[in-house]
Amino acid sequence: MRRGGSLGDTIFEWACRGAGVFVLLLLGAIIVELFIAGLPAFQAFGLGFLISTDWDPVQEVFGAGVSVYGTVVTAVLAIVLAVPLAFGVAFYLTELAPAWLRRPVGTAVELLAAVPSIIYGMWGFFVIAPAFAANLQPWIIDNIGELPLIGIFFQGAPFGTGIFMAAFILAIMILPFIAATMRDVFEQVPPVYKESAYGLGATTWEVMKGVVIPYTRSSVVGGIMLGLGRALGETMAVTFVIGNANRISASLFGPGNTIASLVALEFGESETGSLKLASLLALGFILFVLSFVVLAASRYMLRSRLKA
Amino acid sequence: MSLSLTAGMVPGPRKDPAVAAALGRRRKRADRIIRSLCVAATLVALGFLASILFTLTIRGFEAMSPRVFTHITAAPGSEGGLLNAIVGSIIQAALGTAIGTPVGMLVGTYLAEYARGSKFGNLVRFVSDILLSAPSILIGLFVYQILVLPFGGFSGWAGVAALAIIVIPVVVRTTEDMLNLIPNTLREAVIGLGAPKWKMIVLICWRSAMSGIITGILLAVARVAGETAPLLFTSLGNNAWSIDLTKPMASLPIAIYSFAGSPFEDWIALAWAGALLITLGVLGLNVLARAVLSGRK
Amino acid sequence: MNRRSFLLGAGATLSLPIIDARAQGTQITGAGASFPNPIYQKWAEAARAAVGVQLNYQSVGSGAGINQIRNRTVDFGATDAPLTAQQLQEGNLLQFPTVMGSIVPIINVPGIEDEQLKLTGEVLADIFLGKITRWNDQRIVALNAGVNLPAQAIAPVYRADGSGTTFVFTSYLSATSAEWKDKVGAATSVRWPVGNGARGNEGVAGGVRNTRGGIGYVENAYATANRLVTTQLRNKAGNFVKPKMENFVAAATNADWSVPGFAASIIDQAGANSWPIVSPTFILLPTNPQDPARSAHVRRFFDWAFTSGDDLARELEYIPLPAATKTAIRAAWRTQFGA
Repeated sequence: MRRGGSLGDTIFEWACRGAGVFVLLLLGAIIVELFIAGLPAFQAFGLGFLISTDWDPVQEVFGAGVSVYGTVVTAVLAIVLAVPLAFGVAFYLTELAPAWLRRPVGTAVELLAAVPSIIYGMWGFFVIAPAFAANLQPWIIDNIGELPLIGIFFQGAPFGTGIFMAAFILAIMILPFIAATMRDVFEQVPPVYKESAYGLGATTWEVMKGVVIPYTRSSVVGGIMLGLGRALGETMAVTFVIGNANRISASLFGPGNTIASLVALEFGESETGSLKLASLLALGFILFVLSFVVLAASRYMLRSRLKA
Repeated sequence: MSLSLTAGMVPGPRKDPAVAAALGRRRKRADRIIRSLCVAATLVALGFLASILFTLTIRGFEAMSPRVFTHITAAPGSEGGLLNAIVGSIIQAALGTAIGTPVGMLVGTYLAEYARGSKFGNLVRFVSDILLSAPSILIGLFVYQILVLPFGGFSGWAGVAALAIIVIPVVVRTTEDMLNLIPNTLREAVIGLGAPKWKMIVLICWRSAMSGIITGILLAVARVAGETAPLLFTSLGNNAWSIDLTKPMASLPIAIYSFAGSPFEDWIALAWAGALLITLGVLGLNVLARAVLSGRK
Repeated sequence: MNRRSFLLGAGATLSLPIIDARAQGTQITGAGASFPNPIYQKWAEAARAAVGVQLNYQSVGSGAGINQIRNRTVDFGATDAPLTAQQLQEGNLLQFPTVMGSIVPIINVPGIEDEQLKLTGEVLADIFLGKITRWNDQRIVALNAGVNLPAQAIAPVYRADGSGTTFVFTSYLSATSAEWKDKVGAATSVRWPVGNGARGNEGVAGGVRNTRGGIGYVENAYATANRLVTTQLRNKAGNFVKPKMENFVAAATNADWSVPGFAASIIDQAGANSWPIVSPTFILLPTNPQDPARSAHVRRFFDWAFTSGDDLARELEYIPLPAATKTAIRAAWRTQFGA
């Protein structure tokens, strides 16, 4: 009995550990495979591949510059748009909402994270972009677009789609992730801290600003990085609304591309063994490195919360 | 932090009550404004969800008919449905979950029961979390490299593999979290009875964490059911009826993606019907998952 | 007859319960171009009952189609851009066209009606090169005497996904504008100097519809079904022609098909009424099939399509091949594979 137990224990423990090793190998294999597959592109274009803004399938000249730029700009802009909203939602859910409302509202916001990416794409393309192009965008172009300095970011034809629209849709998609993290860490602030501040006569906002945010700052940044990591790799939604142009335009209303959208759009017409396919896979490798760095940073920031 | 806090709050020496009152009013006003902004932010977020559901309902119901469930995708102008895509999605999501779940549970168990605090455990946890948030399109590209290219073509199995890889970290996360909630005293009690550790884990820990693990699995199914990007390069989609996993296989997200970009009205309508179906399915699974968790708690 | 009700009628007679679909016939597989995918699906449905051949066609894109037939993982490949004689020989492939499609410019200019605006290939190229940026540009005005063109900025929209449609359209621009050929060229996706990209026909049409001053290009089937505002184009003979079926057919009839691999260029075809952007799509069939019986089924399928599939093609706004071309293709089959 005892021996059977220890044999069973050994088998079970090794099965568990083996599964853990498998996950490690999986990540390693993804990195290595993408690198090997993209190698012909790195060999053909050297390090210049990373910054070259050329993407010319006719001449077979490829560069990652435009899509890397688009990936980073849309993700960062999405964060800028999403963080205030997410903060508002988290603040509302932890401090303001009546108890009976917290659960349904919290669930509804979390459901935003469950809506499939492609649905966001269709909604953005068929509903939001036309509405934006018809109502808000012409006004912005006519008014803000004429201003010195910042005007250049808001010029161009009112297509609706473009870098800004992609960032906007991304912002909605990552909002629930950031809001959920913020809510969770806000709730972890020991009540006694908050109560003593209230006791001193602080308003709700002052408690948030003076107690909760300083207490949770690193975790909040970690949550934001998590959102950033998600935004970098979003594919289908961005593909629908970014305008898909392989050039960099100063205006946020101009079209662009992200790594993920370019890969999704051009993959089907790329022949096996072609330099184009290798370049797309090399882009995949770059995206992986980008996401890896951001997600690792996010985890580092959130470590205190994870320990708790 | 305490400095700034008291600086704003304690009105200072009792010399000038008027100043103190004005300060108080300003603080109250700032508080009210921020509170209203937060309510507005929440309403905006809920508004987005409502708008998505509204759009899907309006455009999806227009195209919804029994035909969607009884016919396979067909040429434009012919009576087509989405049966092959629905079945393909179910097969791939089910197999992907069936393959990814045991692996994920074992990893989660390893992290919670064997590797707490160990360096290797931390590394595995880190890697699993990276996989959890890694762009799914990259997982598609990876599977394309290892399963599609060497084996001569797109296949249902390749799609299943891609989805399984997405399932694993979701299940790891919830399994570990749920096992961590189990009090150590329970473990000690069972071990004290002379049971081997694996029996303790399987019979006691897994069982008491069951509702949480089921929640994780449901969330994983919901996640992969709506995935499009990884399937683009793996199972590809199929216009014909096929449940042969060695051949390209249809799926709802891919059918939506290709029909939404087509020039034919009936195909675009089908895309909306599919979009409604998949969203209802995914949101339904999410709500169900939450119900499971709260029902057994 | 109303197109929609006609399609519904056709659909009712053609639709088969899926059980039948699985049970009957020999299965053949093909993969490749997405441009002819709708008509191949349509033919497949009808041929299943008519000749007992069940076609499973995967619309994976021309590039992947060529690749799959080179590796012989399918019975035939399909491509929008014809392979050269040398490529065909290297791959042991026989190439023949099946059907043609036409591409039309679509615009969104206030006050301009369908088939009213006149454009030329050079002007189109310069618009997509970013050299003509306003609708009241001298060169557009010169072509459209008496039309009141606004000072609206032009917003070009193109297909962002790699597509045969883009290949045909950029081939046309290359044929009519030396500068386009030199700077951009023709391919399933190119480096567009200006404009916004969108996915699929729907994306381009949506982009044009939503954008005042927009211009794009879509398959004719799409423009017709959605009543988009199209333009006239000047053809090689110097006439302005409207995007109409008879003008598409004129282009096909005037083409010289007697080139290796039937790789006829119908782009900017001679002839008084020829619509200038018409292009065939091709099938690639191994000359040394691993399974001769299946190869014969492929030919049987397309033989049926040539004989009985023209009406279905026209229904979906594709252009059937001229009778003489079909005869030549059948002759090529006989030469290659025997009777």
